[in-house]
Amino acid sequence: MSDNRSFWQRLKGWIDGDEVIIDADKYISTRERKEIAPGEKRVSVEHVRSNNPTLYRVLCVGITLCFIVVMLMVVMDLPMFGDPGSPTNNEVAARYLESGIEETGAINFVAGMILDYRAFDTFGESNVLFMAVVAVLMLLQRDKKNISAVEDKEMAEDEVFDGQDSKIILKKGAKCLAPIVILYGIYVVLNGHLSPGGGFSGGSIIGAGLILYAAANGHKKMQTFFTVKTLTITSVCCLLTYCGCKSYSFFTGANHVGWEVPKGTPGDILSSGFILPLNICVGLVVACTMYGFYALFTKGEI
Amino acid sequence: MSIREIIAAVCIIIGLLVFLCATFGVFRFKYVMNKMHAAALGDTMGLFFVVVGLMIMSDSVFVIAKYVLIILFFWLTSPIATHMIAKVELLTNKDAEERMKGK
Repeated sequence: MSDNRSFWQRLKGWIDGDEVIIDADKYISTRERKEIAPGEKRVSVEHVRSNNPTLYRVLCVGITLCFIVVMLMVVMDLPMFGDPGSPTNNEVAARYLESGIEETGAINFVAGMILDYRAFDTFGESNVLFMAVVAVLMLLQRDKKNISAVEDKEMAEDEVFDGQDSKIILKKGAKCLAPIVILYGIYVVLNGHLSPGGGFSGGSIIGAGLILYAAANGHKKMQTFFTVKTLTITSVCCLLTYCGCKSYSFFTGANHVGWEVPKGTPGDILSSGFILPLNICVGLVVACTMYGFYALFTKGEI
Repeated sequence: MSIREIIAAVCIIIGLLVFLCATFGVFRFKYVMNKMHAAALGDTMGLFFVVVGLMIMSDSVFVIAKYVLIILFFWLTSPIATHMIAKVELLTNKDAEERMKGK
């Protein structure tokens, strides 16, 4: 394999997504097998397996047993579940339970933890979801570059076939269920600081409702209110809002000095500072991501 | 144990037995239609008996209403899902008719 392009050409090729080896198929089919010298000793799994089946089996069982023993030893060393002396039951957990409501204003301790004490961590998680949907969009979205005429024809045939199928049961079912599912998802998001749930779980429920609607009514109808543009704008706006809401603690000296967000009465729907808007942001990002994955993997477009 | 608890326990045990049959069927049968039939059994009848048992045990009307909603939700969604899977199987598998007649 000789490659006499200049460094710049190779870099350009790499960015354009060329194969590392030029004409890889040809190279693989014509390359020569490495000759083994007669005196040389070979130790490989295949070699042992074909020449010495008994040894192969003994080794298999032995290595597996080794791993099982190691893992069981680790499990034995773990503290018992609910053990008061275990390292997880330390002053951090006690502090969350004692002054969580007072400091965050959220009755749901988990919401207080992930969206107030550790909000930066949650911001990272939302960004991971956004990155994932962007990557899938880059790889799978149908455009002129990555679709051939044959695929286009198949797609059109599928569409016609889909249109002939009336899907009456699914349509009636989705008509009853999709609004209720989405409404329940919104409830879970909005009550994230009061009851179990929150952005991630509520967003998944909303996403499931959108998927149900899209499965019953088809992509055409879905595209009347949800396109790539909607997804991009919603996700980016939510992430930016999140970023802005949470960086206030840095601007104010990383210790909430000087300016406090009013906490409200714990238990009210409008309470606990920024947790409610942050929950809404996370929920919207999760819902968009869920539906985006579904649409891209089935049709290749949102 | 009061009569109420006994009735509830019987209901829940019947439900769990149905679930056991469903799980057994999912692993026992080889063809997707048969597997689906077994799986749908647990989602409808098994769930119904378990939830009825819990309803008998509960005191508040609101809790019972929530249980009714659970049953309603599952009885709406599970048949639709099963129906869609069966439809896809019929549309994509060319020897589906033969399979169903043969065995």
